[in-house]
Amino acid sequence: MKNTILIILVSFLVFNANAQERNKNKNAKVEFQVNGNCEMCKKRIEKASMKVSGVKSSIWNVDSRILKLIINEEKTTVLDIQKAVAKAGHDTEVSKANDADYAKLHACCQYERK
Amino acid sequence: MKNIILFFVFLFAIKSFSQDTLKTIKVQADRKKIQKSLKITTNTSVLTSKELLKAACCNLAESFETNPSIDVSFSDALTGTKQIKMLGLTGPYLMITEENLPLVRGASQAYGLSFTPGTWVESIQITKGAGSVVNGFESISGQINTELLKPLKDNRLFINTYASTDSRYEINAHANHKFSPKLATSFYFHGNTRISKLDMNDDEFLDSPIGKQVNFTNRWQYANAETGWVSFLNFKYLKDEKQTGDVMFNPDIDKLTTNHWGSQIKTYRFDVASKIGYVFKDMPFQSIGFQNAFNKHNQKSYFGINTYDIQQDSYFSNLIFNSIINNTNNKFATGINFTFDKYAEFVNLKDVGRIDYSVGTFFEYTFDNTDKISYSIGGRIDSHNRLGVFFTPRFHFRYNPFEKSVFRFSAGRGKRTANIYAENQQLFASSRVMTVLNDAKNPLNVNNSKYAYGLNPEIAWNYGISFSQNFMIYEKKAEISIDFYRTDFQNQAVVDLYDSPQKALFYNLDGKSVANSMQFEFNYEIKKHFNLRSAYKYYDVSTDYLSGNFENPMQAKHRFFGNLEYESCLNEEGQNWKLDATINWIGSQRLPFTASNPIKDRFSEFSNAFSTLNVQATLVFSKAFEIYFGGENITNTRQERAILGSDNPFGSNFDASIVYQPIFGQMFYAGLRYTIE
Repeated sequence: MKNTILIILVSFLVFNANAQERNKNKNAKVEFQVNGNCEMCKKRIEKASMKVSGVKSSIWNVDSRILKLIINEEKTTVLDIQKAVAKAGHDTEVSKANDADYAKLHACCQYERK
Repeated sequence: MKNIILFFVFLFAIKSFSQDTLKTIKVQADRKKIQKSLKITTNTSVLTSKELLKAACCNLAESFETNPSIDVSFSDALTGTKQIKMLGLTGPYLMITEENLPLVRGASQAYGLSFTPGTWVESIQITKGAGSVVNGFESISGQINTELLKPLKDNRLFINTYASTDSRYEINAHANHKFSPKLATSFYFHGNTRISKLDMNDDEFLDSPIGKQVNFTNRWQYANAETGWVSFLNFKYLKDEKQTGDVMFNPDIDKLTTNHWGSQIKTYRFDVASKIGYVFKDMPFQSIGFQNAFNKHNQKSYFGINTYDIQQDSYFSNLIFNSIINNTNNKFATGINFTFDKYAEFVNLKDVGRIDYSVGTFFEYTFDNTDKISYSIGGRIDSHNRLGVFFTPRFHFRYNPFEKSVFRFSAGRGKRTANIYAENQQLFASSRVMTVLNDAKNPLNVNNSKYAYGLNPEIAWNYGISFSQNFMIYEKKAEISIDFYRTDFQNQAVVDLYDSPQKALFYNLDGKSVANSMQFEFNYEIKKHFNLRSAYKYYDVSTDYLSGNFENPMQAKHRFFGNLEYESCLNEEGQNWKLDATINWIGSQRLPFTASNPIKDRFSEFSNAFSTLNVQATLVFSKAFEIYFGGENITNTRQERAILGSDNPFGSNFDASIVYQPIFGQMFYAGLRYTIE
């Protein structure tokens, strides 16, 4: 019994110690614009961003075209995610999709490019 | 014991590396009365409060009449309460909760659903098949969860009155006060009474009990979006009294005598429940919740010269932690719960009381790629003073092969103690001698005293598949769905009414007991605001009884359900009218064995098929005021003979427990609703 309590305590302490070490935010809220125009785009954008390790939550709004994310800054950066989204065919302010990836989008998803 | 602790450690370990997660809140744009999402993992339909207004719907037991997933039986002359079935299995095999806390359980099994007035209800979620592990191990055929009105969203004042030709009068009054946008309280009062003794079938027995109910709830809600704290606090009090039996019966003189056959059932109940939850500030996907419920349920009753008293004191506690693993596609819920039940139960003064307690821990992982696939895998380990240490697995899977279709699969195990007397109380209203055979094959072998009533715990597996497809016919929405479910009992507390009309036997299942069900549903929007809902249901429910394998009594093999609803367009003053009609066709049912009785006290082996029709109209005069009126069983379908041996109720052939058709004929009602927002 004593040992098990110790194990529980230790497992908590280890976790807490880890948590205090870092200065990068494990639950950073970030958002940026992603070009797109429909529900199908929403699915694709959210899916592409979620595939990036360190992205915990991802919600894209069709009207505002803003992608709201919660990310672990220890594992990823905004630029990584923008690249991943661009690879899926959707332009962001910084990272643009290449023409081939854009062309692969479904006809209804081919948003107006800036 | 060591293993259990190890399991905890494992849970905590998972917790510590997955502190990063999210619980999304789904906003349903759909305003349909019955909502069935194509995107959730379980086969769940949500009845909104709008749906509940479609029937006379005085309490929860009556609120399922316009829904095909649940079969509502006819209130018997004795209890006046409608019992429900799902997948061909009776209420006790369902987990019935109120805001995820146990509602109808143990002692309250027979009448519990009639203790929640319909107007208090915000919505009801009905899940077919194995449920989630989060709420416990007892559910077998499904789960019904009721959400009550929320004080922070409640109307300031609401009044509803109701009267019907079966001399039932009801009043519901709600009042609400909001102290701030974060704190509010609501008071709900319900009273009902049935005053006149009605005997429409001239058997000198009441068709429905006379009685009264006083039911009161006060609830508090606190929600603070900035800090992430939410909380509920509920207090409930109930007093319910019923009297039935011979029209001449006077309880002051005739109680427990053989002057006239009569029965009184008095129930007192008190509930306190609290919930406290916290959503982590930077992690909207992570939350922790702690629920506690205490209730005292006390029933004192007698049926002729049988007495039955049961008091249940129970305490339930649940601590739940929700979070994610890596990202919101991978969610989990884990926690521990504790249940304590003390039963003081006396059957004809024989003490059959017991104390049950259990502690358990659960873990449920849900994968949802927000696209075509989701599944959840859950398991729990419980340690119970009677049922031992056992594992309960549950699995659900969803796949959307096309945009508007969904395929689901579920499987799970449930284990429970059958409260044989509380669940089969109608049998007290007969001259049947209730006997528990500890071992059906060797009646003298009595060694199961560890288990309640000397019967082994019930264990069953439930499997189900379902498919539904939405499409358009002439630009109007249509939906077809089909599902198959199978419940396989490894052990069951069999209730045998096939042995003799003078006996009710309870024994452990020896052999097979299965409930197969199939439901085919077709829904169509004929015109705007004009909807059809229809279903055909097939049940194959059979058990190995001592006398052989038979289908269970009073379970129709075939049922048909149809509902039409029409709503006129709202005019400028916010007025409109609504019309609703429900038809139920119920096939032939096998009846308990009565062939050894004298000819006049027999039922045939099978009942005839029959149908019932309910209609309701609502006139909305303004947002604040509406009236409704309708009729139930308009075609006046009635069971030919409600009670066997009613001429000699203390003789050996008396039986008021066999109810397979409505006892009371047609009934009309009217009511009004007044709301101040």
